[in-house]
Amino acid sequence: MNPMAVQCRDLHKTFGVGEDAVKVLRGVDFTVPRGEMTFLVGPSGCGKTTLLSVIAGLLNPTGGDLEVLGVPLASLRGGTAVEFRRKNLGFVFQQFNLLPALTAAENAAVPLLAAGWKRKAAVEKAESVLADLGLASRCRAMPNQLSGGQQQRVAFARALIHEPHLIVCDEPTSALDAETGHHVMELLRQAAVRPERAVLVVTHDSRIFPFADRIAHMNDGRVEKIETQSGGPTC
Amino acid sequence: MRYIAWQMLTGDRAKYLGLIFAIAFSTFLMSHQVSIFCGLMNRTSSQIDDVEDANLWIMDAKTQYLDEVKALPDQDLYRIRGVEGVQWAVPLFKGSSRVRGQDGKFRGVILMGLDDASLVGLPRSVRLGDPRRLQDPETMAIDETGYRFFFPGEPYTLGRTLDLNDHTLRIVAIINSSAPFVNLPVVYTRYTQARELVGRERNQLSFILARPAPGVTDAEAIRRITERTGLKALTANAFGWETIWYYIQNTGIPINFGITVVIALVVGTVVAGQTFYLFTVENLKQFGALKAIGVSDGRIVGMILMQAVIVGAIGYGLGIAMTAGFFLATGDNLDLRGFRMLPEIMLGTAAAVFLIVFMASAVSVRRVIVLEPAVVFRG
Repeated sequence: MNPMAVQCRDLHKTFGVGEDAVKVLRGVDFTVPRGEMTFLVGPSGCGKTTLLSVIAGLLNPTGGDLEVLGVPLASLRGGTAVEFRRKNLGFVFQQFNLLPALTAAENAAVPLLAAGWKRKAAVEKAESVLADLGLASRCRAMPNQLSGGQQQRVAFARALIHEPHLIVCDEPTSALDAETGHHVMELLRQAAVRPERAVLVVTHDSRIFPFADRIAHMNDGRVEKIETQSGGPTC
Repeated sequence: MRYIAWQMLTGDRAKYLGLIFAIAFSTFLMSHQVSIFCGLMNRTSSQIDDVEDANLWIMDAKTQYLDEVKALPDQDLYRIRGVEGVQWAVPLFKGSSRVRGQDGKFRGVILMGLDDASLVGLPRSVRLGDPRRLQDPETMAIDETGYRFFFPGEPYTLGRTLDLNDHTLRIVAIINSSAPFVNLPVVYTRYTQARELVGRERNQLSFILARPAPGVTDAEAIRRITERTGLKALTANAFGWETIWYYIQNTGIPINFGITVVIALVVGTVVAGQTFYLFTVENLKQFGALKAIGVSDGRIVGMILMQAVIVGAIGYGLGIAMTAGFFLATGDNLDLRGFRMLPEIMLGTAAAVFLIVFMASAVSVRRVIVLEPAVVFRG
């Protein structure tokens, strides 16, 4: 198994054409190892979210090479790319993006339902994952009945339920207060980090930096330096 | 994913009910107005439909429809009888008169004069009495509307009298005739009696009713009649449609009803489309999340179409039920008789609702398909 979950070489992404073209990624060289939690940090507008979207296969790069879990993403087209994402990636969004009409367990079960699981089996598995995240008693609650921290934990469950090899998180604590943010990051680290899995987190919240194994600093469309937290995270 | 689509749809009750109401309202308006229109058009030919004994209607060559007749000379009847292939031919008078009740109340009526011997032309559905008694002198049959007008709230009774043009006629039968286009009572009497009632004109033979001889088709009989007499001959069905088309082409009725139906279609499409579009736009982040998670465009389109079909089916069902309820509730009203919802109207309305749902969902589908899943990473 390739020890690197993500390998970017000279990755470029430009939006628009001609005079209106905006170069957001300007030659990113970056790797994300399995078994670790890597943070992607930097000032607003430096290209963190664009890089995350490209790595997740939601945007196509304009140039350079990108391999995710050993697969060159450029070789995947249409339905294959969608299937690759569904099987191998887990997503955690800044605004949680839970479906308001579904219960917590049903929300967590969405990736399994998308994979064709029967609802009953999918929801049962979701309940078990939610229990691991401390939400056993809230499985049937609707999103609007949950606190922000609880909603983010449901989003974690949704990202973990299909046991993906890469989890991408976009500002997972920005909608939470400091204490809740700290708590959910503890949970994420505990539940998500596995030897075969990489976790990539985009954040500007320096309070959660101690949870990272590695921190990649981006600026002006490039990864400028990568810090390894000696001795592992200090949380 | 079907479950998710269903939950997304019904999760927002206000929009869900708004969508259903928009489609139900459109369905009701379309099916109701088209039913009324068809009923009205059917009424224009109701006196033709009521004549079940004769296949052929023969008239002046320039006659365009039932209610505007140039009377034929009596000898035309004998000319028709002389055409080879005509089994029998009888006269029919159709005109108008005024009837006065015993209390002085009067009303215009449609007066039908039937062949004295055979009474061909009388509707077969008799509510009370014996139509053969029409062969007695000074007798008449009247339809239910007429009876209820002149004797309101009273039970159907034979032997009562009404005055027509200074003739007092005795009611010997009450007929369940189809409603005419103008909502006037219909009075039936013998041909000779009818001629006396309306006064003297040179020609008074409105129509000749005929039947082809066995082995002779309607078309062949019509060809022979036209060739030999120069008169216009039509099957009852063709004459009925000719009358309907005359009203369609020469009155504002279809335009007025058409406008209502188009408004229903447009309002239904706009309201349903806008609500459905807003519903989709408000769920764009959710659809984006589903796309990011790995739900294909095809499945998301399937979800949207399923939602559209559900609201379409429920809205259509409610709208059709409302229309059916209206016609059930007014079924006993004699002034509204003949108005009903035909299966063809239900099918046509279903097609229109499908169009509404298709157009309403097409905009939403497009919006979701062009949606970049990366939108979920933008705050």
